[in-house]
Amino acid sequence: MNRRSTLRLGTALLAAALAGPPLVSSALAADMIFSSGALAPVQEAQKMRTVILKDYKGKVTFLPDEPPALLTRLKAEMQGGARVTSLIGGNDGDLAVLAAGGVLAPVDDVAASLASRGFAPDLLAMGKLGTDKQMYIPWMQATYFMVANRKALPYLPAGADINALTFEQLRAWGEAAQKATGKRVVGFPAGPNGLMHRFFQGFLLPSYTGGVVTTFKSAEAEKAWTEFAALWKTVTPNSTSINFMQESLLSEDVWIGFDHVARLLNALEQKPNDFVAFPAPSGPKGRGWMPVVVGLGIMKDAPDAAGAKDLISYLTTDTTQLVTAREVGFFPTVRATLPPDLSPGLKMAVAAIQGTGQAKDSLAAMLPSGLGAKGGEFNKAFLDTFQRIVLRGEPVKDVLARQGETVQRIMTEANAPCWKPDPASTGVCQVK
Amino acid sequence: MRGRALPYLLVAPAVIFLTVLFFVPLVQTIALAFQTSNGTGFGNFVRMADDLNFHDAVVNTFRFVGLAVPLQLAAAMGMAMMLRHLGRGRDMVLWIWTIPLGLSDLAAGLIWLAMLNDRGYLASLLFHLGLVAEPQSWLTYETPIALFVAVVIAEFWRATAIVVVILVAGLQLVPKEYAEAASVFGASPWRIFTRITLPLMKPSIQSALILRTVLAFEAFAVVIAIGGRNFPVLVSEAYNWQNFNQEPAVAAAYAVVVMVLSLVATVVWLRVLRTPEEQRA
Repeated sequence: MNRRSTLRLGTALLAAALAGPPLVSSALAADMIFSSGALAPVQEAQKMRTVILKDYKGKVTFLPDEPPALLTRLKAEMQGGARVTSLIGGNDGDLAVLAAGGVLAPVDDVAASLASRGFAPDLLAMGKLGTDKQMYIPWMQATYFMVANRKALPYLPAGADINALTFEQLRAWGEAAQKATGKRVVGFPAGPNGLMHRFFQGFLLPSYTGGVVTTFKSAEAEKAWTEFAALWKTVTPNSTSINFMQESLLSEDVWIGFDHVARLLNALEQKPNDFVAFPAPSGPKGRGWMPVVVGLGIMKDAPDAAGAKDLISYLTTDTTQLVTAREVGFFPTVRATLPPDLSPGLKMAVAAIQGTGQAKDSLAAMLPSGLGAKGGEFNKAFLDTFQRIVLRGEPVKDVLARQGETVQRIMTEANAPCWKPDPASTGVCQVK
Repeated sequence: MRGRALPYLLVAPAVIFLTVLFFVPLVQTIALAFQTSNGTGFGNFVRMADDLNFHDAVVNTFRFVGLAVPLQLAAAMGMAMMLRHLGRGRDMVLWIWTIPLGLSDLAAGLIWLAMLNDRGYLASLLFHLGLVAEPQSWLTYETPIALFVAVVIAEFWRATAIVVVILVAGLQLVPKEYAEAASVFGASPWRIFTRITLPLMKPSIQSALILRTVLAFEAFAVVIAIGGRNFPVLVSEAYNWQNFNQEPAVAAAYAVVVMVLSLVATVVWLRVLRTPEEQRA
């Protein structure tokens, strides 16, 4: 409490400087304010305002922000007592932070009234964030996959099936392309705003170790990091500046890149004939992949809770969900079949995502959950491991031992149980 | 009575403004930096110092300040002296030199990023001249020296003008008669510069150095635009802890370190470049 009260003025002032909610609130007092960490890139925000929300009858102002800025702003609204936002959109991890900070009101009544929408049960369960109340309504889902320039295809190792690639084959592919062109053409989004940590948590480690937290310093994890460091030799050094892979793919700085669908789609849409999309590679334990859930939550003591509920209802209708998929590449969370007239780029994305989920060796790794405010620190633990092992070449075993302690401390402080693919735990998830 | 209160009334808005928006957050930041989950203490500073980027951030910050500030001072001194010998067009030259002052830090950083990155103007130029076979990456973690040089160049370009302005103002207060008298006695121009001009300019050099050193310790936007995470400095680490790691207390610890460094630098310049009472104009 003490710390919170000290923070109050500072964060409120910071938020005012960053986002200017007081100005917005006075100018648009009549509108329901929808703050979102999802669809924050300008083009997506524009599509949200001009297409997806076009047929909504109520008055709504869509205020997107990069997630860290959004979290700061919403906490400041909460602590400063001046609520502006009614509806909050964000990915599972960000909503977990907000729920832990007491910013979200439960939405069990909304879930009950929208039962006929047919939400995917596991997504709805994730929306409880480990509590017995529904904290958010699943809004959109997505995942990560890889995109390659067709120019890279000739270097694909003999016998490799691009839709069932292994990490070993990806490395061989990168090496062959480098040998032929003299350029390192593989790319990962390891820039400051990139989503590299999700690659480790949802793809690399599950594929090699079958877990994330419990297996953090296992022999399999050592192998994963050692082989990833070898793969990194074929990766462009610009990767530590890449935030959105689509830009690097379009500029041909990268020929073979990994990222979130929303950060690949522009490349596929703009030049569908130049690119192929395919599932991320598999390791000894399967094809690890991370489904992403974006949810809608209602601010505690929201100025317009009724308006927020009404907009949730609108955003989860079949029609709106399909429009959303078509416009921004996030897929329905409700029962809805994608229409056949999708654009070629979106079709490629859908095929890659379905190929991932339906692969024989598919191994879904959930977004970290139950970490509350510790989510950022948890991501940092993985990025630090990457920086030490891959960028600085420190000994793998030592780094994993040291970072393993950090991960354990975070789990203990957050009192978080294991999530899939780690086996369910009684009590705090333990690094073995 | 009213007349006596008037000056205080007139300065009141500025005092209130600075108290509310500067002093209060300052005290809160310091308090926050010493607050840990179990009471008060140095926990946040331990976490800060224990982080793998802390060492790099300290080294980078000091190298950056140590190179950029002397370069800027020397260049600005030269520019101010040259300006003295211009007749017509002097104002135009000064105006052109100070253009970078009108730009935001971030814009300046982005301009240099556009010039220096591997698809930038410089790379394209070298490529078209046939000096390089393919675009080179200079701004990555694999090329730390080039990256450092690029950051210093950008900061040099952006912030030398403010030093020039201060020194030009100081130079105008130095009477020309002293130099003329010295040259009558046969002093060389270099001797005049080192023995007469420089000592007389000490107060303005001091102001310029304090301003530049403090701002260089706080360099952020230019560094982040060009270096990103590849070139951590103290302030960018504070930003990372607040923004990405969502740990305001560790960010506050960084802020306190930067503040202490700035204070120390200020005291050092005040002492080293003190003008004795009897020499003051």
